Amino acid sequence: MSSVAVIDYGMGNLHSIEKALQHASPESDIQITSDIAHIKQADRVVFPGVGAIRDCMLALNQSGLSDTIKEVAASKPFLGICLGMQALLTQSDENNKTACLGVFNGRVEHFPSGMVDKQGNRLKIPHMGWNQVIQKDHPLWQDIPQNSRFYFVHSYFVKPENSKETIASTEYPEMFCSALAKDNIFAVQFHPEKSQTVGIQLLRNFLSWDGKC
Amino acid sequence: MGLAKRIIPCLDVDNGRVVKGVKFVNIRDAGDPVEVARRYDREGADEITFLDITATSDNRETLVHVVEQVASEVFIPLTVGGGIRELEDIRRMLNAGADKVGINSAAVFRPEFVREAAEKFGSQCIVVAIDAKKVSDKNQPDRWEIFTHGGRKATGLNAIDWAIKMVEYGAGEILLTSMDRDGTREGFDLVLTRAISDAVSVPVIASGGVGNLQHLADGVNKGKADAVLAASIFHFAEYSVEQAKLHMQSEGIEVRL
Repeated sequence: MSSVAVIDYGMGNLHSIEKALQHASPESDIQITSDIAHIKQADRVVFPGVGAIRDCMLALNQSGLSDTIKEVAASKPFLGICLGMQALLTQSDENNKTACLGVFNGRVEHFPSGMVDKQGNRLKIPHMGWNQVIQKDHPLWQDIPQNSRFYFVHSYFVKPENSKETIASTEYPEMFCSALAKDNIFAVQFHPEKSQTVGIQLLRNFLSWDGKC
Repeated sequence: MGLAKRIIPCLDVDNGRVVKGVKFVNIRDAGDPVEVARRYDREGADEITFLDITATSDNRETLVHVVEQVASEVFIPLTVGGGIRELEDIRRMLNAGADKVGINSAAVFRPEFVREAAEKFGSQCIVVAIDAKKVSDKNQPDRWEIFTHGGRKATGLNAIDWAIKMVEYGAGEILLTSMDRDGTREGFDLVLTRAISDAVSVPVIASGGVGNLQHLADGVNKGKADAVLAASIFHFAEYSVEQAKLHMQSEGIEVRL
């Protein structure tokens, strides 16, 4: 039985992710936890998050979870979701520039104001709703059709320095990185736990992933 | 390519049942909320909204169980509105599995509540619901005001100014209901929808008055709404969510199919 630690650092509601993981793999042992020992022992780790990055980093640094995350991200299948993806970069422009975990080199930027689509209609911020994800080859996309729509809610997006780490892109109205990957780490800007069939499939793929590309 | 416009079926829940009335009278029973939510999910709903139409403590308790059950098997965003007055109400709904809550009268009563809620839980889960009614005469410039208590109580607040203020206070989305149109099946108030959508940076959900599929398409194309919400046209299986999406697509709107 595979054990999964969902990191709880007080940012947002983890019930949705717990329920979706349970649904994707009823035999997995899913634990929502802030306990460093639990997280280190788990076979795989999910790092979710919603809210503001400064509060997120403050909570991670005060609890000592920052070091734990860097450690497990270097060693076992690791899935970052939404703010949990953004926190993996070097720095975020949110809250007057916030230093992040630096697992990926790069920055987190805000969508520019005044964006319009091809018809000239104003695009709203946050980017909220179902948008297409253009995949590059990776085992976690298995059985998920190219250009499938996933559910997004965010105002900031990641810009990795190494373009090879971008494993999916999405248009709003420019292309931005909607999934990042290297080695045993996979991180997504959208919410797989709220993306119906394709989201559950991605979680299922993660729960059986050996951490290799 | 690009972001899809959303279709959001709304379930008005009373005493554990989905109901739908015209202007809050003639309540008709439309089934078990868990069953109905399952059906909408299968048909491709982009989100589901539950509205607690009585907001009594018994009804609240029932709705928490409904949300819990739906959230354990339906993996799309769920919003709960009606009688959300305190941070504790929000926490309970999020813990039951809701992703967003709709705040209506409580925001009018005390706008700071929206700020506190957004700070505590994040703007992404705070939807401010606005019930607006036209108060200007035919030969005057358009003016809409906020009404509370199911459209019975005027507040004197200008709807456009109010929407802007609520976004400043942390609303991540605006759910806009035209009280003139709600339950009439005459279509959205497109002028109002357009005015609010142009005024705010966050997504706007159009609501109130949908009677056919063209109304949904008009809400997006003419009202510039980011999402459209409807109840009765879906409840009684008049149209499926999928039919609605196909129609919107035929009108040039990007949808998730």
